[in-house]
Amino acid sequence: MEIPYNVQPRPDTGLYNSKLGIWLFLASEVMLFGGLFSAYILLRVGAEPGYWPHGWLDVRFGTLNTILLALSAITTLLAWVACKVGEFGKFKFFHACTIVLALTFLGVKMYEYHDKWIHYEIKLADGTFADGHMESAVYVDKSGKELESHSYRGNGFTEVTDGVTNSYQLASVTIDGRIVKDETLLYDLRSQKNIPRDPVTITADKITSMENYGPWHNTFLAIYFTLTGLHALHILGGTFVIGYMWGPGSKMWKTNREQFTNRIEVSGLFWHFVDLVWIFLFPVLYLT
Amino acid sequence: MEAKVQQFPPYRQPDAPHGHDAHDDHGDHAAHEHAHHEPNFWQKYIFSSDHKIIGIQYGFTALCFMLFGFFLMILMRWQIAHPGMTVPFFGHILEKVLGSGVAPHGAISPDLYNSFGAMHGTIMVFLGIVPLAFAAFGNYVVPLMIGAPDMAFPRVNMASYQAYFLGGLVMFVSFFIPGGAAQAGWTSYSPLATSIPTHGQLFWIIGMVLLITSSLLGAVNFIVTIIQLRAPGMTWMRLPFFVWAQFVTAFILLLAFPPLEAASVMQLMDNAAHTSFFLPTGLAVGGQLAHISGGGSPLLWQHLFWFLGHPEVYVLILPAMGIVCEILANNTRKPIWGYKSLVYASLAVGFLSFIVWAHHMYMTGMGTKISTFFQATTMIISIPSVIILTCFFMSLWGGSIRFNTPMLFTLAFLPMFGIGGLTGLPLGFNVSDVHLHDTYYIIAHFHYVVAPGTIFALFAGVYYWYPKMTGRRMNEFWGRVHFWCSLTFMNLVFMPMFAQGMAGMLRRMSDGGANYSAAVNSRAGAEVIGGLSNNMMSLHVWILWAAIGLGIAQIPFIVNIFWSMFRGEKVGDNPWDATTLEWQTPTPPPHGNFTQEMHVYRGPYDYSAPGHATDFTPQNQPEGPLAPKITVHAH
Repeated sequence: MEIPYNVQPRPDTGLYNSKLGIWLFLASEVMLFGGLFSAYILLRVGAEPGYWPHGWLDVRFGTLNTILLALSAITTLLAWVACKVGEFGKFKFFHACTIVLALTFLGVKMYEYHDKWIHYEIKLADGTFADGHMESAVYVDKSGKELESHSYRGNGFTEVTDGVTNSYQLASVTIDGRIVKDETLLYDLRSQKNIPRDPVTITADKITSMENYGPWHNTFLAIYFTLTGLHALHILGGTFVIGYMWGPGSKMWKTNREQFTNRIEVSGLFWHFVDLVWIFLFPVLYLT
Repeated sequence: MEAKVQQFPPYRQPDAPHGHDAHDDHGDHAAHEHAHHEPNFWQKYIFSSDHKIIGIQYGFTALCFMLFGFFLMILMRWQIAHPGMTVPFFGHILEKVLGSGVAPHGAISPDLYNSFGAMHGTIMVFLGIVPLAFAAFGNYVVPLMIGAPDMAFPRVNMASYQAYFLGGLVMFVSFFIPGGAAQAGWTSYSPLATSIPTHGQLFWIIGMVLLITSSLLGAVNFIVTIIQLRAPGMTWMRLPFFVWAQFVTAFILLLAFPPLEAASVMQLMDNAAHTSFFLPTGLAVGGQLAHISGGGSPLLWQHLFWFLGHPEVYVLILPAMGIVCEILANNTRKPIWGYKSLVYASLAVGFLSFIVWAHHMYMTGMGTKISTFFQATTMIISIPSVIILTCFFMSLWGGSIRFNTPMLFTLAFLPMFGIGGLTGLPLGFNVSDVHLHDTYYIIAHFHYVVAPGTIFALFAGVYYWYPKMTGRRMNEFWGRVHFWCSLTFMNLVFMPMFAQGMAGMLRRMSDGGANYSAAVNSRAGAEVIGGLSNNMMSLHVWILWAAIGLGIAQIPFIVNIFWSMFRGEKVGDNPWDATTLEWQTPTPPPHGNFTQEMHVYRGPYDYSAPGHATDFTPQNQPEGPLAPKITVHAH
C-alpha cells in the first residue's frame, strides 16, 4: 500500500505530505512558545516596581549564540541545496557544520546556566544583601573541626564515612561580589557602571537566608530557564534528527534521493523555526 | 475489540496502474513482500498502523475510560446524596484498595471526593469523549470518506494512540499512589494545584502533557490527510460534513492545545522546581507563609487554561455534529438542508471559539471591560451554532424519516443540545453569571451539551458505523431499549440540577451542601445561612437513583456490542443505502481501504434524485442526474 503524495507534491496544493505536516506542527509550536511569551509579558507587567531584573544576562554570550544559530541556518540551507543539486559530499560537510554549531550553542548555554547556578543572593541579618558568585563554603562538624571547603550544600549536611555519620554545619561562605543596602540595586544592573567584585566572606550567624539564581529565585529566572530550557530541548531534538540524517539516515541517498532531499528540507524547516524562536528570545531576555 | 481484517491483500496488484507513484521503482517489490508477510496478533491489533485498527483501539479504550469516569460519578453522587455514609457494595473495596485514610469505613472522604471530581472531568473530557469523537471516529471514517488508502502518516498515527494510552495509564495509576489522584479539579487552578502536598497533581500534569502530545500528532495527521489525500474529484464542497467537522476540530486542537502545554510546563515547574509562575506574593498555605519567591499570577493559569478549555468545548461538539449530519441525511433520505451554511458556520465556530475563553472568568476580578468584550463574542458565537442546529432541523422537514436506533439518538441530540446551548446564554451574560457561577446550574448546562448532546451523537455513530466495522448490524430492539432508557434517565439526572443551581446550590461541595444548608448564623439571630430548602436537598437522592438507572441503561448497549459481533444480523457493504465513500468498499474494508481507485463525481448527500433507479446515488457513481436543487417557496 502506498500513501499518495509522500514524495511527490500534490498538483493542486503544491505540497508533499510531510512538508504540510511540518508547517502545521510549526504552527502549534508558535502557539506553544506564544503561550510562554504571553506569560513573560504578564509576569513582567505584573512585577513589583523595581523588582524586574535588567541586565542580568551577559549580552556577549547572547550575541555569540545568535551568530552561531544564524550561521547554522545558512549551513542548513546550503546542505539542502547541495542535496537538490546532487552533491552528497557538500551535504555531508554543511550538515556537519550545522551539528557542530548547534552543539557549540548548547555548550555556551550550559556555561550561562552554570553561571546563574553558582550566583547567590544572601540576605544578611543587618538588613543588607550580599550578592555574587560562590567561591567556597566552609563547614564544621559538631566539635568545631573544619571540613575542607566545599561549594554550597545547604546550611547543614550529613556525610557518611566508614559507617560513621558526621553532621556538618555551615560556618561561613565566601562569594566574589558585593554587599548592597538596597535590594533593588541588584535588580537594575543597566544603570550601574563597573560593579565592584571582591571576595567577601560572611559567617553563618550573619546569614538570614541565601538562594542561588535558579528558577525559584524570581519570576524572571523562572521564565528565563523555562523558555531557554524548552528552546534548548528543541535544539537538542533538532540536532538529534539532523545527526540521524547525517549519519545512518543518509543511506537513503542511494536508494531514494528525492525522499531524502525532502527529509532534509523538512528537518531544515524545523531548524529554521528553532532559530527564529531564538531571534525572539535574544532581545526579550538579554536586551531588556 | 475485534474487527475481522482480511489477510492484508496487497492494495494494488503489481501490474495495476500506478497513478502517482510510478517513479518509485520499489513499489512492486514492497507489495510483493507485503503479500507474503503474515502479521501475528500483536502486529495486527496492538501495534498496527492501519487507521481502521487504530480507530477501533481508540474507540475501545475511550469507551472503557468513559465507563470508569461514569463509575466515579456514581460514587460521587452517593456521597452527595448520603454524605459520610458507607458506600454500599463498593465501600469495602474502596477502603481496601485506597486505604482507610481516604475511604474510612467505606465512606468517601472529602479528599477522595475531590480526587473523584477532578478525575471524572479529566477522564470524561480528555480520555473519553475527545478520543472517541475525534480520534476513534475520525480515524476510522475520515480516510474512508475521502477515498484515501490510510492516514497520511500511519506511524505517527500509531504513536499518537500510544501517547494517549500512556497518558491514560498515568492518570489511572495516580489513583493508587500515596495521597491519591489530583484533587484540584479538572481545571487544576493554581495556586490550589500547587498547594496540595500530594503527588497526584504531578501525575496529572505528566498525563496531560502526554495527552496533549497525542492530540497534536493526531491533529497534524488529520489536517494533512484531509488536504492531501482526497480522492480525485473530491473537491472541498463535496466533502461530507463529518469530514469538515473533523477538519475544523483538528485545527482547534492544533492551535488551542499548545498554550495549555505551556501552562502545564509552568505548573510542573511550580510543583517540582518551586518557581512562582502562578503563585502570588504573600501566598499563605494552611496559615503559613509559603516559602516561595512570589510575584506570579494565578490569573495567568486561568487564561492559558481556558484558552484551551473553551475551544475544547467545540472539539467535543463539532465531531458530534458531523456524525449527526451524516445520519440525518441518510435517514431522511434527502440532501442535507444548507450544506454550505453548515460548512461556513462550522468554520466560523472554529475561529470564534478562540476569542470567547474569558467568559469562564467573569468572577475573577479581571475587569468589567474585558468581561464586556468576552460577553459580546460569546453572544456572537451562538449565531453560527444556531445556524448549524437550524440546518439540521430544516433537514427533517418533509423527509420520510427512518426511525432506526442511530436516527433516534440523532433526533434526541437536536433538542438536548438545544437545551444545553440555550441555558448557556444566562451564563454568557456576566450579570446573570454572577448568580449562576459555580452552581449546579452550570453543571446541568455543560452536561446537557456533552452528555445527552455529544454522547448521544457518539452512540448514534457507534450504531451507524458498526456494520462497516464488523459486517453485522447491532440488535435493533436492544438499541431502542438503550435509547429510551438513556433519554429518560439522562434528563432525570440533569434537569433537576438547573433548579438546584438557581436555588443557589454550589458545586464542588463534598457533602452536597448538607453542612452549608444546616449552618446557622448565630449573630443574625439563628438564621440559616445556606437557605437550601429540603426539597432542593432531597433532589440529590432522586438524581442518585436516576444516575444508577442511567448506568443500568448502558448494559444493553455493552452487551449488544459484544453479542452483535458474533450473532448480529449479517449485512452487505452498504446496509443503510448511504452515498458516502465508506459504504462503497467491502466490509470490513481491506488494508488499503479500496479495491479500486475512487473517483468522486457528486456531492455527499445525493438522496432521492428524481429519475434515478434507487433513492441514493453514491458519490463515486459517474452517470445519473444530480440531486434536485432545493428551492424554498415563500408564501
